[in-house]
Formats: sequence, structure tokens, C-alpha cells
Amino acid sequence: MSTASDQLNDASSDTAPTVGLFVTCLVDLMRPSVGFASVKLLEAAGCVVEVPTTQTCCGQPAFNSGDTKTTADIAKQVIAAFESFDYVVAPSGSCAGMLKAHYIELFDENDPWHGRATAFAARVHELISFLTDVRGMTDVGARFDGTATYHDSCSGLRELGVKTQPRKLLSSVGGLTVTEMTDCEVCCGFGGTFSVKYPDVSNAIVEKKTANISASEADLLLAGDLGCLFNMAGKLKREGRTIAVRHVAEVLAGQLDEPAIGEGQDMS
Amino acid sequence: MKPNSHNFKLNARHALDDKQLQRALAKVPGGFVSKRADARAALPEFDALRDKARDIKNHTLEHLDLYLEEFERKVTEAGGIVHWASDAAEARAIILDICVMVDARVVTKGKSMISEEIALNDHLEAADLKVVETDLGEYIIQLRGETPSHIIAPAVHLNKDQVEEDFRRVHTNLSPDRQLQEPEQLVGEAREMLREQFIATDVGITGANFLIAETGTSVIVTNEGNGDLTQNLAKTHIVIASIEKAVPTLEDAAAILRVLARSATGQEFSTYTTFSTGPRRPGDPDGPEAYHVVLLDNGRAELLGTEFKEVLRCIRCGACMNHCPVYHSVGGHAYGWVYPGPIGSVLTPSLIGVDEAGPLPNASTFCGRCEDVCPMRIPLPKLMRRWRAREFDKGNPPAKQRFALKAWAFAARRPWLYRMGAGLAMPLMAWRGRSAGRFSSLPFVDGWTAHRDFPAPQGRTFQQKWRAEKRKRSRVSQGRGKS
Ligand code: SF4
Repeated sequence: MSTASDQLNDASSDTAPTVGLFVTCLVDLMRPSVGFASVKLLEAAGCVVEVPTTQTCCGQPAFNSGDTKTTADIAKQVIAAFESFDYVVAPSGSCAGMLKAHYIELFDENDPWHGRATAFAARVHELISFLTDVRGMTDVGARFDGTATYHDSCSGLRELGVKTQPRKLLSSVGGLTVTEMTDCEVCCGFGGTFSVKYPDVSNAIVEKKTANISASEADLLLAGDLGCLFNMAGKLKREGRTIAVRHVAEVLAGQLDEPAIGEGQDMS
Repeated sequence: MKPNSHNFKLNARHALDDKQLQRALAKVPGGFVSKRADARAALPEFDALRDKARDIKNHTLEHLDLYLEEFERKVTEAGGIVHWASDAAEARAIILDICVMVDARVVTKGKSMISEEIALNDHLEAADLKVVETDLGEYIIQLRGETPSHIIAPAVHLNKDQVEEDFRRVHTNLSPDRQLQEPEQLVGEAREMLREQFIATDVGITGANFLIAETGTSVIVTNEGNGDLTQNLAKTHIVIASIEKAVPTLEDAAAILRVLARSATGQEFSTYTTFSTGPRRPGDPDGPEAYHVVLLDNGRAELLGTEFKEVLRCIRCGACMNHCPVYHSVGGHAYGWVYPGPIGSVLTPSLIGVDEAGPLPNASTFCGRCEDVCPMRIPLPKLMRRWRAREFDKGNPPAKQRFALKAWAFAARRPWLYRMGAGLAMPLMAWRGRSAGRFSSLPFVDGWTAHRDFPAPQGRTFQQKWRAEKRKRSRVSQGRGKS
């Protein structure tokens, strides 16, 4: 695979589609390496990537707390910042689902924003399914020696139909075997604010998940949503388990220099 | 039953600590989930049937008054009597009146969630009637003085050794060496006890899965056949059903039946599907002498035409709770009223008020599995979110939560502020968490860190790093341009 900066120059032809990367707040704040992995994959898929600086968050914390007014304000901000791109791509099924499925619900049909939200929704994609379904990517040319198990995050799976796409791309990673855990489609118990509002219940759910993860005997847990990954990694660490946890884009982009989620920096 | 939904959080804690309950709940997902999945896979047109079922019910609800009047007309023509009850108290009074009128002493009952909703048993027992539940699960929880924890499997929160203990406690004539370890043995024992009651009964009360307008027929589906005995062996049959059970035609009922059992238990059809139209006619070999239908509103008519109307499509199959990770963890009683799981989280605030049931619509991860499996395509998460929005508009969430949300929302709408704040905070937080890679306790998210570590951020934000990367890239491309 060529380097990211070569790609940038190769891709800047007239036919290369422009992609506005919706970084998501968790990637921006907590794990920028997922953002860089996304850029690398998108450029490898022949896109010109831009990152509007006026983005913050997709608005889910407000939306799921019932604060419709704030959510609509944020939605307008996101739509305005991104509607000029050919595509809007997010490395998260949950945020992409919010942009694609729920922004429209915020405006009633006579509101001009309803039309804008509808046109915007048509351009929004979750990263991995965008690579395979829109850009026809089949081989990422990466390598990882080991066994991984993949958790299907709820919104990606049920709102956007992300299921086979990550597995397809993972099968092109040299040295990697994917082994399915039991109940890979069952929620990990994160649920955004749910995890802090109902910590006991959330914990009971993630305990079942980590038991299934461990039983899969994989070396690496992957998923497409950082919220779920933080929840599962946090629990696995607390239980003293050694399995590494990463966003699927990191493996697909071959960007594994940063420590896995919840792992310490090598201080030596 | 006295609602205890406002205590959901505490109820959930107790449920999580209850080892017996957890042992029983562990078995819920396995059976129901795989059986439904198999049933669905075996019927390619299943999803199309769900659309059809949804459309039938939407149409019915649009014209509910007309269909209910037609139903009443047909029941009357068949010699039955329809009673309209606007609330639980009226329904209870109507039923007790009928029992008194026929001098009843023993009342047998088929499974009915509506009878739970109106707390019928307590009311009849207070009037010195003997009330006997004939569905095995209901019978068991009646022995224990409990309420159902699931709408189709009322005793799903129990293990069979607990049931054996109850039987030995209550069936005092049981010999100690009578084997009761296996489910079949328990069923056999219950059957013997219940047979006597079926013979002795004066009034049989059942629920209804459908009320068919064109024929005035009530329909029940069961797997034990107890419903048939309840309604055929008593002289008086009372059907208690809520108004949204109406469907226009027999064919409509048949269409919805095709998704009902498959969604509930994975069966193609329940073992018994029983159609009742009026009392016994001259020449009929069996059937009750009198047939009453009590139509209960109890807040439902008010939901028609509102943003919650879709909940009225529910056919009480239980699939949403069978697939709910929250239900799997805490069981049905934690929800504090009659209807647990996702359907309860939407219906309970609608029926008994959001002041009591406020926590329920919040007790969801919005994983969306309930909507995914609901045969009637009820958008349960969306309806829960609407309850949250109503609560938010009233200023109900706790102050701490509102404050955090407000502060976050303030920044989220001001990208420059957000970038600046994040750009300062994240490197600091990363520096503190760098060597461990995670925090074992953190203020503000202490609920999280009570059970889990919180992974540390990597350092500078993506936006910060991206700006640097872009500068580097433009230097590279300029450099190339020169060469
Ligand atoms: S909401 Fe849907 S899945 Fe749940 S009980 Fe009702 S019909 Fe069944």
C-alpha cells in the first residue's frame, strides 16, 4: 500500500469523490489514531478527504436525553458543514446512524431543513460499509498475525445493515483469522448515557459480553464503534483479561503503533 | 397492582443480586431467541407478513369506534352481552356483578394480562370468591402470591426446584416420595389439582388475543388447552379484553396469527386457537350458557391519534422482552407494573402516567433489537425517546444530569470553544492516564468506574493532529512542486 501522502496527491484528480470525514467526538477526543486510519483507508479507496473544523458531536447525548431543541441545533450545524461533500463518512455506525436515520426526524416536513436533512442523509455512510459497498474495496493489503473476534455494534448492524462488510475486509488481512463469538449481535450494554445512568444494569450486560469474548479465545477484539469498544475494553481490563481491543479501522489500515484501547504507553 | 416503576433502579439492583432469579433468567435468551429465529428462517414471507399485520392494525385503529360497534352488534346477535368499561374500577365492578348475579363461588381463569392490569383477582377474592388460575405459569405464581414477570411466560423468573417446593407446601396431600423433579411431573400434578376446579367452577374468565368485528368472535391462543376448559365447562364465560384487540375480519385475525406464535415461541401456530362466538346455541354439544365481553379502555382511546398510538398495535407476543438485554438482566418484576420489557417501557407511562413510570423509557440501551423482532413493527426505541423528550420538556431529569447535558450542549454548539476545551483537556487527561492506559476511578463517571476501567485518551485531539498533518502534507507537495 502506498503512503497516505502519496494517496492524497494521487486522489486529487477531477473524478476523485470528496469525502467529509465526520470524525465523531470519541475519536476526536479519545482515539485520534482511528481518525488517521480512516483517512488512510478512504484515500486508498480513491477519495479526497477533508475534515471540517466546525464539527463537534452528532448530538446523540442530547437526542437520547430528549433534548430535541439542542439536537436540532447541532444537526443544522453538521448539515451545513458537510452538505457540500460528495459523501459524509463516519468511523462509527452509531454516529452515522444518527446523521442518516435520525436528523430527518428532527424537522417537520414543511421546514426547509427537512429537505436538507433528507439530501444530506443520502450521502452519509459508515466507514467500512462505504469502503466496500460504495467504493468496491475488497483488499486492504494489511497484515495482522493472530485471531480476532468482531462485535456487531447495534446501530451499525440494525440501522445501517453493517454485518458482512467488516468481515469481508478483515478476510483480506494477511495472517488474520476471524473467529465468531457467541451472541456477537447482542448489545454490549454501553448505550451512551445509559452506561452512567444505569451502571449496574449496564455492567450486568457487559459482563455477559466479556464472557463471550473470552470464550472465543481470540487475541484481539474488534468493532466499528468506539463507545462500545471503550465499554468492553474497560470491563475486560477490570477483569484482568489480556485480550487487546481495537477499532476495526486500525487493523484494516495497518496502523497498530498506538497501544490498544486501555493499554498503557511503553514508558521505557 | 400497586405500581412500583419509579423504583426501577433499586428494583434492578435487587434483581441483579438475586441468585435464584439470575439462574432462571439465564435460560430466557437461549430458547425464545433461537426458536423465533428458526421460525422466521423457515418462512420467507415472514417480513412481508409483518408489514401486512402492521397495516391491518393501523387500519383498524383508524376506525376503531366503527369496528367496536360492529363487534358489539355481532356479539349481541349471537346472544352475548358486551359491557364497556372506561377504567379498571368499572371493569372490576362489572365482572363482580356478573359473578354475584349467577351466584358464583368458584371462578376459573385463563391467562389474561388485562385481568392483571385491573387487579381482578384481589377484587373477586375480597368478595369471597375462590379464584383459580388455570394456566400453569399463572397457577404457580398464584400459589406464591406473585405477579407475572413475563407476558407469555408468567413464571419464567422461577426454577423448577422452586416450583416443586411450592407444590409440596400447598398440595398437602402429596406423598413425599411422589417424583416432582421434571417439568412433566409438575405439569401432571398441576393438572390433577386443576381438573377438580374445572368441574367445580361457576364462571370462566379468559382474555382475548383478537376480537373479530365481522363475526363478534373472541379468539384465544394457548398451549395448554386450559383456556378451552375454562370457557366451556363454566356456565358463564366472561371475556375481558382491551379495545385495541379488535380486528375487522376473520381473515385479518388469521394473518396476524401467522406472525404471533412465530414471534412468541417460534411455533407456527399455538397448540390451541379457540374461537368463541356467543353462548351455547340449541343443539350445540357444549359451551357456556351466558357469554359476556368486557371491553376495557383504561387510557387507550386517549392514545389514539397521539405520537404514542403505534403502541396500540401490540399483540403481546413477548418477542421484545425475549430479545431485550435489559430484561435479560433484571427480569420482569423490576419494571414495577404489569407489562415489562420494551413494550412495558412504552406502555406503562402511557397507562399509569410518566410520573410513576418515568425511569422505564430511560432503561434502554436503544440497541434496537426489540423493534427488529416486533411482529407489528412498533418503533419501540423511538417511542421511548418520545417519553424522554416529554420528560425533558417538563424539566424532569435530575439536576446533575441536566447540568452536565447543558454544559456539553453549550460547547457542542460552539465548535471553536469545543476545540479549544478539548485541545486543553485531552492531553492533560492523557498525561495522567498514560502509563496505565486507563483510569480505575474518575469523577463524574463514577457509575462507570465502579464496574469498569475508563480507557485513557491518546493525547492531542484528532483535530489538533490533523492540522499538523495537513501542514506537513502541504510542505511535502510544495517541495515536490519545486523539484
Ligand atoms: S411490542 Fe411488539 S414484540 Fe413486544 S409484545 Fe408487543 S407485538 Fe410483541
